[in-house]
Amino acid sequence: MTTTALNPHEHTHPAGIMRWLTTTNHKDIGTLYLWFSFAMFLFAGALAMLIRTELFQPGLQFFQPNLFNQLTTMHGLIMIFGAIMPAFVGFANWQIPLMIGAPDMAFPRLNNWSFWLLPMAAMLLLGSFFAPGGAVSGGWTMYPPLYIQGGPGYDMTILAIHIMGLSSIIGSINIITTILNMRAPGITLMKMPMFVWTWLITAFLLVAVMPVLASAVTMLLTDRHFGTHFFDAAGGGDPVMFQHIFWFFGHPEVYIMILPAFGILSTIIPTFARKPLFGYHSMVYATASIAILSFLVWAHHMFAVGMGVAAQLFFMYSTMLIAIPTGVKVFNWIATMWRGSMTFETPMLFSVAVVCLFTIGGFSGLVLAVVPVDIQLQDTYYVVAHFHYVLFSGAAMSIMAGVYYWLPKWTGHMYDERLGQWHFWLTTIAFNVTFFPMHFTGLAGMPRRIPDYALQFADFNVISSIGAFVLGAAQLLFLYTVVKCIRGGKHAGEKPWEGADTLEWTLPSPPPYHTFENPPAIA
Amino acid sequence: MKKILSHITALSLYNGQAYAAYNLNLPTPATPIALQIYDLHNLILIVCLFIFILVFVFMFYALFKHRKSTGHQAVQFHNNTKLEIVWTIIPFFILIGIAFPTTKTVLAMKNVEHADMNIKATGHQWVWEYEYLGEGVNFISNLSTTQDQINNKVVKGPHYLLEVDKPLVVPTGKKIRILLTSTDVIHSWWLPEFGVKQDAVPGFIHEVWFQVDKPGIYRGQCAELCGIGHGYMPIVVEAMPPEQYTGWLQVQKATLAEAATTGAKIYTLDELKTEGEKVYLSRCAICHQANGLGVAGVFPSLVEGSAFSAAPEVTSPLAKRGFWKDGKIVMGTKNEHLDIVMHGIPGTAMQGIGLQLTDLEVAAVVSYERNSWGNTTGDVVQPAEAAAIRKKGAPS
Repeated sequence: MTTTALNPHEHTHPAGIMRWLTTTNHKDIGTLYLWFSFAMFLFAGALAMLIRTELFQPGLQFFQPNLFNQLTTMHGLIMIFGAIMPAFVGFANWQIPLMIGAPDMAFPRLNNWSFWLLPMAAMLLLGSFFAPGGAVSGGWTMYPPLYIQGGPGYDMTILAIHIMGLSSIIGSINIITTILNMRAPGITLMKMPMFVWTWLITAFLLVAVMPVLASAVTMLLTDRHFGTHFFDAAGGGDPVMFQHIFWFFGHPEVYIMILPAFGILSTIIPTFARKPLFGYHSMVYATASIAILSFLVWAHHMFAVGMGVAAQLFFMYSTMLIAIPTGVKVFNWIATMWRGSMTFETPMLFSVAVVCLFTIGGFSGLVLAVVPVDIQLQDTYYVVAHFHYVLFSGAAMSIMAGVYYWLPKWTGHMYDERLGQWHFWLTTIAFNVTFFPMHFTGLAGMPRRIPDYALQFADFNVISSIGAFVLGAAQLLFLYTVVKCIRGGKHAGEKPWEGADTLEWTLPSPPPYHTFENPPAIA
Repeated sequence: MKKILSHITALSLYNGQAYAAYNLNLPTPATPIALQIYDLHNLILIVCLFIFILVFVFMFYALFKHRKSTGHQAVQFHNNTKLEIVWTIIPFFILIGIAFPTTKTVLAMKNVEHADMNIKATGHQWVWEYEYLGEGVNFISNLSTTQDQINNKVVKGPHYLLEVDKPLVVPTGKKIRILLTSTDVIHSWWLPEFGVKQDAVPGFIHEVWFQVDKPGIYRGQCAELCGIGHGYMPIVVEAMPPEQYTGWLQVQKATLAEAATTGAKIYTLDELKTEGEKVYLSRCAICHQANGLGVAGVFPSLVEGSAFSAAPEVTSPLAKRGFWKDGKIVMGTKNEHLDIVMHGIPGTAMQGIGLQLTDLEVAAVVSYERNSWGNTTGDVVQPAEAAAIRKKGAPS
């Protein structure tokens, strides 16, 4: 025992469930994060299927409004806090140490804790469906005074958010410390892979805004049970103050969910174009400027609450400015493809689709930034279309691209290319069938978050629902493809992608349990 | 199952499709502001479309020409400072081009001065109340779509969910200022054809304005999630020529004066129950359900002897007022019942709905609730009793 402990190569870890409960290994924890987020993605996706089932036809067929509102609210909360955010942390855990030549994360035990907080939070959140009165039904944005009216499920959600926030803050501190202190000699900041850069900036955003969300929900909790009146005008408070605090968190949160996706794209596109990323420096500066601007635009979510004209104009101009760095990124990706030698394996297919569809989401964002037009479109299906174009075809499809890209490294097997391409085409087509018509229903005047709608919206809703069912089914194919890849497949070798040039591809696939115990030499 | 499917298909054929429309843009503007918004939206859309095509022509060209399978060799370049500066600056100028006309419209929208008349609109869960300031006329505008239409038992009408019993009536050609507030949660007063959307925030008053020139009926909906009735509080505005509007206003004043005298009349139980059922279905059934059984854990049942459990915030005030004991609903006194309907239960979702109803409506709905679904108190509540509770005010 004493002799083996001295030799790190021979050190053993518990098997079975104890391995996963006690692990401090970045690869194991990365795997846990990814599976957790996949489970949450499928669950919240199932809620979306129920939403689209009720909205298939006008009239109430399956769910009463009380349950319907729970479905929309929980779909949003779980997708954001359970699926998208943990998935990116999973990528960070697996990839950051491998890409910067570090042996592990800086704080392995904190890393274990930050993951295992999440299932606890998820139990509270999902368990709230069984609380008297059911889960939260006031929208994922939790606006008071509506939020003050709910039952104990609302308190469970507040606690769940506290726990998830804690997990995010710990995880982010870990990532920042790892990136700043554990890079292999020779990897200067401006030589880091773009994915590492985007996560460094994202982690700073998380540390800055998660406490803001925590304070907002704490005030809700004390308003609900301890007689405070932060958001109650009758006691001298202001319901709109909550919205300011929430969106001061909420807008950076939007970029928290997209910047790592940009990092993944900036890794995959050069690989399959077989040439280096165009404009690396401007990419770094664009990411940083998006992050800084994200603190100055929050009230564009609130143009209809009755702000003064000066505030409306300020937030409109600052929001429009975001189009510039975002545009730079899109131009850089296209310039990276330009005169390359491209092949279109599944990761590249997803990446190309993201560039195209995310840009559509960016344009609808510009439309929404314009105050007078936003007044028409706020809280309509146009907004639903917009944020699914950035969050599904931006963030979620980048995650899928990243999964296909790194699965061969993680498992040692190639995924089934034919199934991967089926998954890609089904997802991309069904996604557009589902969400593109929502631009039109929104323009025509259909509010979001309603269980039933006027008859002139009926046709587009049928189309959206059919698209949604195909989109949902396609994700089961994704699950099958991933499981199949884990269980076997063609051996991947060290570097299955010809154009890949980051450090993880110098390791065997799958990489040994401990890697880079001695820092790699950087040419 | 097959029967349900054919039922759904039949319904969709008979009404869903009949009024459905593939509208691709904002509704036809009815006010100068809405017209400006419409044009702004078209302008931005064209700019976006132009940029999209310009940018993605390059991408798709590359996708087809610069691929390995065509034998294309990668050219190893990775920056071009001139190009990068150009594609940072050009979007900046495009944005200025958009910001200029937009700012003008924002200033016009926010200019609520020199209004010809003022109407206060108050959001309640889940109706709008309108008060014509200085005229002494106010009323509640209820959804008039029936529960049977919502539950697919009868064919849906052309204005399904977008129709009310009493629309907001305004004169054409006048600048009308709406003062918006709410008594419970945040609602949002939205009329797409007017280009007006403004949140109604409890404790605050916000102003918007519109001027509509063409007589007609315009329809909108609440646009801020406000609870389970969010999809059921439409906004309908009827614009009529000023002379006709003046006539309408006179009729309203006369009706209100007449209603003030009905307090003296004694009603029979049947009369009260008939009136009460109407009030119940439009104001109470959304939470307490048409069968009076409520929603488990949230909205109490109104049926004596039925089981109901919920958080203590809900059950303890009920117990205190004599309506709940040992997990069951019991029938409390008539006066407590009237008080709950009139003033609500503070700290719960039960609002003081009676304050938005007439004495007759309050008396009728309480009579109805105490004598329906197996409740057999035999109590007949007269408008005078409701008036007395109203006068007494909320219990401290």
